[in-house]
Amino acid sequence: MRKGTLRQILLITDGCSNHGEDPVAMAALAKEQGITVNVIGVLDQDVMDENSLREVEGIAMAGGGISQVVYAKQLSQTVQMVTRKAMTQTLQGVVNRELKQILGSNISMEELPPEKRGEVMEIVDELGETVELEVLILIDTSGSMKTKLPTVKEALFDLSLSLNARMGDNLFSVFVFPGKQEDVEKILDWTPKLEALSSVFPKLTSGGLTPTGPALRQAVSHFQKKRSLRSLIGRDESYFEESSM
Amino acid sequence: MDVMNPILKNRLCKLPAGTVIVGKWHKQAYKIVKPLGNGANGAVYLAESKKGLVAIKVSDSSTTITSEVNVLKRFSKVQGAALGPSLLDMDDWHDQKINRTIPFYAMEYIKGEDFFSFLRKRGKEWLVILVLQLLSALEQLHEEGWVFGDLKPENVLVAGNPPTIRLLDVGGTTLQGRAVKEFTEFYDRGYWGLGSRKADPAYDLFAVAMIMIHACYPTKFERKENGRKQLFTMIQADATLRKYQHVLMKAIDGKYVRAMDMKRELVAAIHHDVPLARAKQPPSRKQHRKKKRSGVIETAFIVVTLLCMYALYLYGQIL
Repeated sequence: MRKGTLRQILLITDGCSNHGEDPVAMAALAKEQGITVNVIGVLDQDVMDENSLREVEGIAMAGGGISQVVYAKQLSQTVQMVTRKAMTQTLQGVVNRELKQILGSNISMEELPPEKRGEVMEIVDELGETVELEVLILIDTSGSMKTKLPTVKEALFDLSLSLNARMGDNLFSVFVFPGKQEDVEKILDWTPKLEALSSVFPKLTSGGLTPTGPALRQAVSHFQKKRSLRSLIGRDESYFEESSM
Repeated sequence: MDVMNPILKNRLCKLPAGTVIVGKWHKQAYKIVKPLGNGANGAVYLAESKKGLVAIKVSDSSTTITSEVNVLKRFSKVQGAALGPSLLDMDDWHDQKINRTIPFYAMEYIKGEDFFSFLRKRGKEWLVILVLQLLSALEQLHEEGWVFGDLKPENVLVAGNPPTIRLLDVGGTTLQGRAVKEFTEFYDRGYWGLGSRKADPAYDLFAVAMIMIHACYPTKFERKENGRKQLFTMIQADATLRKYQHVLMKAIDGKYVRAMDMKRELVAAIHHDVPLARAKQPPSRKQHRKKKRSGVIETAFIVVTLLCMYALYLYGQIL
């Protein structure tokens, strides 16, 4: 199988959007372009309000990714787990598609006899270890998220620790919303070293609006920009697309 | 594909006793007796089957079940293994109540006690013995090219007579050189800022050191600014751990390449704990000197006794 790149957006938020486009629609747009959207909802009290919860789940669903709602304390463990799980899920989709091509019919791993699944799983594992990964992290810095930012930073360092243990290469980029002047602000451009965040994080200020939709839109176009730059240089890259089942 | 489904999850964690699970492919039937444990990736139940009592793992993810079965299959090829439960069956069950296909596997039911409750009941002197057994099992696993990954007391069972450790839950078991699949923060060297999450034997050995520390400090603690210093101070402050401080710090610093090396040095520390502890950073100067002085007195006493006995012997010979 050819080597490709997995592209993910990781959205970390603690509430509902209240400005701009519908984030669920923007997540669907991302999915159409082969970008998976995962969402982590950070809890304040014991429960998340109904609307926020629905939005968190809705964005992940539309973005073909995974959502999880957790307390700030569990953020590190969750961020790395959600990212890894979503990778496996996407790769399994890719392998399932290849299976369909080989076997013709509508076969996925789950429909193979148990004895045969093992080998397919080994291929998925192998891909998960070696595939190139691009993660754009989108952090909500509005209102109550402000106090959680140190925990978010720690969780991101932890994520890079987990991902850098793989054999494949990683690229990270970090956006926050709302930005100082605009809806969304880029604080870290594509880099293999997420540690560079240390210097930017303390300077963040929190705003009032929560423009989740516009932030997602900009994140998607940031991927596109990178792609067109690459094609200018002439390096042709293949991307794994999220399977539509 | 499954995005975590709360209804399904809830159902999987609460299968009532008496539920009969029938495999779609191999047609084996299993009757649920009681739950044995719950994890992030599924639930384990005790069940009755034609072959007797077995443990059944159900999950909402076919990926989880398949990877774990892959590992268990490899384990069954390792000779004389205390490595994991043996695999008996893997299948899909169509749960009519929620109209979903649930992947599961059946494995040997190991009747035992979890690591820490065994220690509480039988005494702390078992700690180092069980750790030696654990190191032998890990050595075997590492020889086969694997790393256990999610090593913690909950995944170590003490079974049988004489008490022998068995490893459970292979969800974290990873090929060496790859990224550790699953881990628990407290036992993870990455969390403590003391190494990467790339699977190598030293990754498991760090967890072994943490298990020993946790056994002596039953209340769970959190990492502070300097993880290494924090752990070192805790080792120093506990009489049992201080005996093995040299070995523990080497494991924490990732200096053991093989489980066997750690085992050998642990055995040495049991027998000669004083000189070993002395060789590496004395706990405090005062204590050190006191120990040395008592050593000198002891030696002098033995020499004097021997001389007296020899004199008596000579005296007897002359008479």
